[in-house]
Amino acid sequence: MAGQTLYDKLWNSHLVKQRDDGSALIYIDRHVIHEVTSPQAFEGLRLAGRAPWRLDTNIATPDHNISTDKTERDAGVAGMSDEVSRIQVQTLDDNCDLYGIKEFKINEMGQGIVHVMGPELGATMPGMTVVCGDSHTATHGALACLAHGIGTSEVEHVLATQCLVAKKMKNMRVTVNGTLGAGVTPKDVVLAIIGKIGTAGGNGHAIEFAGSVFRDMSIEGRMTVCNMAIEAGARVGMVAVDQKTIDYCEGRQFVPKGEMFEQAVAYWNTLTSDADAVFDTEVELVAEDIAPQVTWGTSPEMVSAVTASVPTLDEQPSEEKRKGLERALEYMGLEGGQAIESIKVDRVFIGSCTNSRIEDMRAAAAIAKGRKVAGSVKQVLIVPGSQMVKAQAEAEGLDKIFIEAGMDWREPGCSMCLAMNADKLGAGEHCASTSNRNFEGRQGNGGRTHLMSPAMAAAAAVAGHIVDVRSFTEVV
Amino acid sequence: MKAFTAHRGLVGPMDRANVDTDMIIPKQFLKSIKRSGFGPNLFDELRYLDEGQPGADCSNRPLNPDFPLNFPRYQGASILLARKNFGCGSSREHAPWAIEDYGFNAIIAPSYADIFYNNCFKNGLLPVILSEEQVDILFAELEANEGYQLSIDLHAQTVTTDSGHLFAFEIDEFRKECLLQGLDDIGLTLQEADAIKQYEDARAAQHPWVFGAIK
Repeated sequence: MAGQTLYDKLWNSHLVKQRDDGSALIYIDRHVIHEVTSPQAFEGLRLAGRAPWRLDTNIATPDHNISTDKTERDAGVAGMSDEVSRIQVQTLDDNCDLYGIKEFKINEMGQGIVHVMGPELGATMPGMTVVCGDSHTATHGALACLAHGIGTSEVEHVLATQCLVAKKMKNMRVTVNGTLGAGVTPKDVVLAIIGKIGTAGGNGHAIEFAGSVFRDMSIEGRMTVCNMAIEAGARVGMVAVDQKTIDYCEGRQFVPKGEMFEQAVAYWNTLTSDADAVFDTEVELVAEDIAPQVTWGTSPEMVSAVTASVPTLDEQPSEEKRKGLERALEYMGLEGGQAIESIKVDRVFIGSCTNSRIEDMRAAAAIAKGRKVAGSVKQVLIVPGSQMVKAQAEAEGLDKIFIEAGMDWREPGCSMCLAMNADKLGAGEHCASTSNRNFEGRQGNGGRTHLMSPAMAAAAAVAGHIVDVRSFTEVV
Repeated sequence: MKAFTAHRGLVGPMDRANVDTDMIIPKQFLKSIKRSGFGPNLFDELRYLDEGQPGADCSNRPLNPDFPLNFPRYQGASILLARKNFGCGSSREHAPWAIEDYGFNAIIAPSYADIFYNNCFKNGLLPVILSEEQVDILFAELEANEGYQLSIDLHAQTVTTDSGHLFAFEIDEFRKECLLQGLDDIGLTLQEADAIKQYEDARAAQHPWVFGAIK
């Protein structure tokens, strides 16, 4: 019999019951809750006269629609200027208080974007099933968790039963071997993967990222990669446990200590795919072929190397592709054949659950240091992913570097990744963004998003247009 | 949950691939704490010429005359005909809520994003999967025939056209049963409470660090 993949192991160890009709009951270890996708679930629970199955599984925080402006944040929930958003955050607070669910409230140390907060507090640990009403939950798979997004009905289902009804997915392995060049980051790797397999390439699959590039990558970098598995269509992205995983977890708030930690580590070390495991789908990329990536269109698969040009209509293989490209170019205000580096940017956003961790802040600061934002750029938002990232960045003096360069240093939250708060693009504005989706209107009605790495976004802020970060002297 | 057994209705088109959840229901409407009332804001940025605001009355907003679902011939459509990878992007259940609230009972497309597909079943909305060739035929017939209707039978797992096509579709047995009977799947799962408790006790003994740390 063939060996097991990491996904097989995680699935099997959480199987409560396999039903005859092909569906299964899967046990959920950790449930992360935020303000946007939970109110209807709590209401459903109450209407049905049910209570949460288990309290110590849940961890909550507001992130999606809170202000990142310091003055407004200092006024707390009561001071939120958008009344509809205020009610939603207040509802989260009320629900957590009512049931006794642990919540890191709006300005509390520990608060942050759900997918930054969970790992950094040690609330998510290797071998767990982790769910959240947010599609970027795959992020937690960087710690060899089986983690994926769920809808609000499933949020209610998990609250009420601690289980999900699920069907096993197929196994996909994406292998990237070799050594990444200077200026090429985890974001570039995952964008290159999406460019290769497309936004539906991973549909129905759980992806394991394997190969020397991921082994050499920090845990934060692995989170960036797993985060965007959903942009390749896969709900689940994972990296196997190694010593870096264990070192990352050790000492974090909710991680066990002493003997129980040793016991956990012994188990965590089994969380790798067996050498003879068979994957349904295999994809391979070569590290040396990957240049810094930039999206030019309205889907994450519309991505190219920064050195390339926007594709032209006549090089499209099908009528459907041609129509899609035509629509994307019109929305983006770009011409086929135009050099990517010629695209001017109006705003820059460095943040989101993809790229707001401390190493992202450091990478952006390394470019910003001693430079100024180009006069043509209206705004550069630097939004740390959590209170802890913010505190760490300030302890390292990164905030001063950003401010000195003419950038805005903000309070933690999802911010302009999805523009539910006041941070948004105006119609027609181009944004160099470290977030995960370049959909039409995502960052503001009519806004034009170009996804890229934090270093590339900081470089665009300085140059006033998209630019190859490798032309900056400190990138070696 | 409302049941779905069979449906015959007017078809409306959404003729583009990779329709994402931001397109289906833009982010500003996600601030609602209700699960109803999203229909007027379905496809908001494509459907209207101005920018939609949560809570605002949509009846007097300027409609985009070029958006097909605004055409008089598609008013009252209850089956949405779409292209591949429909519903990609976020996990927001507001997307199927908006589609259902608008008046659609079913979607027909060659493929769906996983989370969106799953969310449909929680809301009595049937996402039918047909091949790209079959969907092409339906788009062609829809274009050619005003008042174009289709019949969907979930029991038989078929889509039938008045022109005589009969297309069979696949669906999970469990999901089919839940839709046919309008079952509350939380109630179903809670029937397994003993098995869940047993699993949980064993897990707590084996991996105690998963329990108790967060309080």
